[in-house]
Amino acid sequence: MITNAPALRFDGRVRAGQAVLAGPVTLEAPAGRWTCLLGPSGVGKSTLLQCFAGLTDGLDIEGQVQGPGGRVALMAQSDGLLPWLSLVANVTLGDRLRHRRPDPERAEALLARVGLGDLLRRRPGALSGGQRQRAALARTLYEDSPVVLLDEPFSALDVATRAKMQDLAAAELAGRTVLHVTHDPAEAARLGDHILVMTARGIHTVTGARDPIPRAPDAPDTLAITGQLTRHLLEAA
Amino acid sequence: MTALRPSVLVPLIAGLALWQGIVTGLDMPAFILPGPVRVGETLWHSRALLADHALVTLAEILLGLGLGAALGWATALGLAWSPAAARVMRPFLVFSQAVPVFALAPIFTLWFGYGLGSKIAMALLIIYFPVTSAFFDALSNTPRAYLDQARVMGASPARILWCIRMPAALPGLLSGLRLAAVYAPIGAIIGEWVGASRGLGYLMLLANGRAKIDLMFAAVIVVALMTVGLHRAVDALARHVEKRWCG
Repeated sequence: MITNAPALRFDGRVRAGQAVLAGPVTLEAPAGRWTCLLGPSGVGKSTLLQCFAGLTDGLDIEGQVQGPGGRVALMAQSDGLLPWLSLVANVTLGDRLRHRRPDPERAEALLARVGLGDLLRRRPGALSGGQRQRAALARTLYEDSPVVLLDEPFSALDVATRAKMQDLAAAELAGRTVLHVTHDPAEAARLGDHILVMTARGIHTVTGARDPIPRAPDAPDTLAITGQLTRHLLEAA
Repeated sequence: MTALRPSVLVPLIAGLALWQGIVTGLDMPAFILPGPVRVGETLWHSRALLADHALVTLAEILLGLGLGAALGWATALGLAWSPAAARVMRPFLVFSQAVPVFALAPIFTLWFGYGLGSKIAMALLIIYFPVTSAFFDALSNTPRAYLDQARVMGASPARILWCIRMPAALPGLLSGLRLAAVYAPIGAIIGEWVGASRGLGYLMLLANGRAKIDLMFAAVIVVALMTVGLHRAVDALARHVEKRWCG
């Protein structure tokens, strides 16, 4: 169990030259909890993830970014799997980049848990879009980082696989600070300890259910929050 | 063997038949255009002579190719590491290619002598720019997603260059090396034309001067076969390296 997961806070706006990419906005992701961030495309959700990940080349940040302090795991929208490495080698890439001894057994176990146990030695090019996304999820989990940033991590998965991967991620990432960008209200209702809706006017907190995550997809609370979020997003559009 | 598929074999045989047909039909004298049968006979009868000179040329090509590729590789890495160096060096690299390398061959013979040195220098110079340029371009175009991922994972710039940018650029290096495998023999042959006492280029000039056109053709064929073999070897080597890089 991770005990030193920091909170994340962003206050301000992000520009690239003249173009405003995000904000002005105040975003808070409490320590050790799972925060979901919804909002229309282009409002700057991914930009905020980049700021927390430290990928700020070419960005002007007017304001403050607090946390994550140490290491972050980022699962970006593009999987970034290296085509010349096997799945196991892709999952353990972070350790090799940091000059640390990779743990292929743990990587294989994680790949098995995301349902790719038969494809350990394959290259990413041999995989479907959904399989690639699950390989990227395994790589993100392997990083074992106290702060985890997820950018539409389940978007390419079918309904059943998506629900399984949500359960897996919720179990593996318990106690870490998770900031999860998604377009799916039902996903946010299942996974979010905190649910934020970001629009051009700022960030609005939608009170989530009190049940621990992952919540059942058909629980009354989950369904009610899904509906509430959908209405909110409709009004914002 | 992929080289012996019908799609290769049929036009090859047709081309040889056409060649022999022209020679026989027009009753060409052998000192103007020998037929493929005659060239084939010469290839066989002069095999010791040809092999002797081919070994010299092959040594020049391999050394020129190896040194030129290593230098080009190192230059591209240096330029990729330091954007400031890249800005300064780029015009010089382009200029080095604008110089007609063939014109330098006599000077190289003067500087490096009649032996291997001047030919290696020619081969090296002729391939240096294509290798550097292809590899550097590839190093400069690493997909953004790979770089971002590696930075978030806490990789140092050196580590990113070695483990991400370099293997991502291997296809570019490979295309540069493929070109080099074709250019290097040209460099060596030109070096031999200008001044040498051994090598296939020297043998071509000698045979031409003595109206042994069949021998000249035989030497040309040996050079072409060497070039094709080199091209394939480079290909195989690159694929081997790609599989094992930073694994």
